[in-house]
Amino acid sequence: MIQYYFDWSVITRNAGALGEALLLGLGLAVVSLLIGSVIGLAAAYARLSGRKWLAWPVWAYVEFIRCMPLLLLIFFVYFGLPEFNISWFDKTESFVLTLSLYAGAYMSEVFRAGLGSIPKQYVEAAKAIGLRPWQRQRYVVLPVMFRITLPAISNNLISLFKDTSLAAAIAVPELTFVARRINADTFRVMEVWLSVSAMYLVTAYTIATLLRLVERRYASIR
Amino acid sequence: MLDFSMTPGAFGFEAWQSRWSILSGVGVTMASSGLTIVFATILGILFGVALTYGWWWLRLVIRLYVDVMRGIPVLVLILFTYYGLALFGINVPAFWAGVIALSGFATAHIAETLRGAVQSVPQGQMEAGKAIGLRFAQRLRYVILPQAVRRMLPPWVNTCLEIVKGTTLLSVIGVVELLLASQQIMARNYLIVDFYLLATVLYLVINFTIAQIGGVLERRFSYLRY
Repeated sequence: MIQYYFDWSVITRNAGALGEALLLGLGLAVVSLLIGSVIGLAAAYARLSGRKWLAWPVWAYVEFIRCMPLLLLIFFVYFGLPEFNISWFDKTESFVLTLSLYAGAYMSEVFRAGLGSIPKQYVEAAKAIGLRPWQRQRYVVLPVMFRITLPAISNNLISLFKDTSLAAAIAVPELTFVARRINADTFRVMEVWLSVSAMYLVTAYTIATLLRLVERRYASIR
Repeated sequence: MLDFSMTPGAFGFEAWQSRWSILSGVGVTMASSGLTIVFATILGILFGVALTYGWWWLRLVIRLYVDVMRGIPVLVLILFTYYGLALFGINVPAFWAGVIALSGFATAHIAETLRGAVQSVPQGQMEAGKAIGLRFAQRLRYVILPQAVRRMLPPWVNTCLEIVKGTTLLSVIGVVELLLASQQIMARNYLIVDFYLLATVLYLVINFTIAQIGGVLERRFSYLRY
């Protein structure tokens, strides 16, 4: 058995950097979830529109993203776009773009299921009181759908937050990247990776708990 | 882009030149995902059974393991394993560190799906097994598991796809699998888009094949209905 002396001062000295990195990761996940939700909602409506020329490309997009390793997508966007003379994204923006496209595919499946599970009577009742098509969506269908899909959305947020660790591969200074840097500087392997794992774990479960509270608050429809 | 002619600097030529690197990359990807799938399935079934029927302290330990594994990004697990194992004097190659980390992660997922599948088998099945005098191991072997395995097939195929996608992360610790092999080729000839496209197509082929096999297995085992 080897001797290993823990030296937690490495962590306390870098606490600020680690905290900032964690917040950056959370921010990346939230922004990607928001953009991804817009993409996903549009994709879900396109899938359900019944028009083949709309539904088919969306199906291809969703299946393509779901069969693709995220890391490959990240590299493809980051190194591939400049080849087409599109070089106005920095590494963080390029990562957000990739993660949003990735989230969009998963969110579209969530929203498609959510839209499909809305009772037909709701729409009929909305028609009966004379709401226009967009009013029916805005005031009846969408609010109900968001309540139904909230658990799935919170699952997606957590897995997106975990996926932000891949941004380290293109040197976005989020938690995993900072952890690797500290690890390379000091080689305090156990301290660094134990704390970083704990930070991911605690954040993921905090998100889960908070969103469960939100669900309980808004889950008035059964 | 995608110039298939056989002149140096064109994609066709460069792809032919690097055919063995690409193939060995595909080989490493398939070997690491294959090993991970085998390890994770065996351990996942054991853990899943323990999670459902174990003593309370065993359930607690495995529940803790599963929840911790599901809350930490795979990349962190891989880096932790790679740097951490060396501390304990276990100097394994990057390939094995990666397989161990991926297996640990996938085991948690499979254990959780198996628990769900086992609990969805009607209680009466277990009682009927008891009634005809089967011991616990026999009830598990002949009554519960055959039914549970059928139910966990779709999520299991999903986990397999996740594993194949997860092997790309091994490139971060220097395992020359398909992604890193492609990147090394790009570093030689700067055909960035072309070789990322090639890697994309190869990953699509691998994952599509697995999804199809999964579909066939599901149809094969779907005669059982409640």
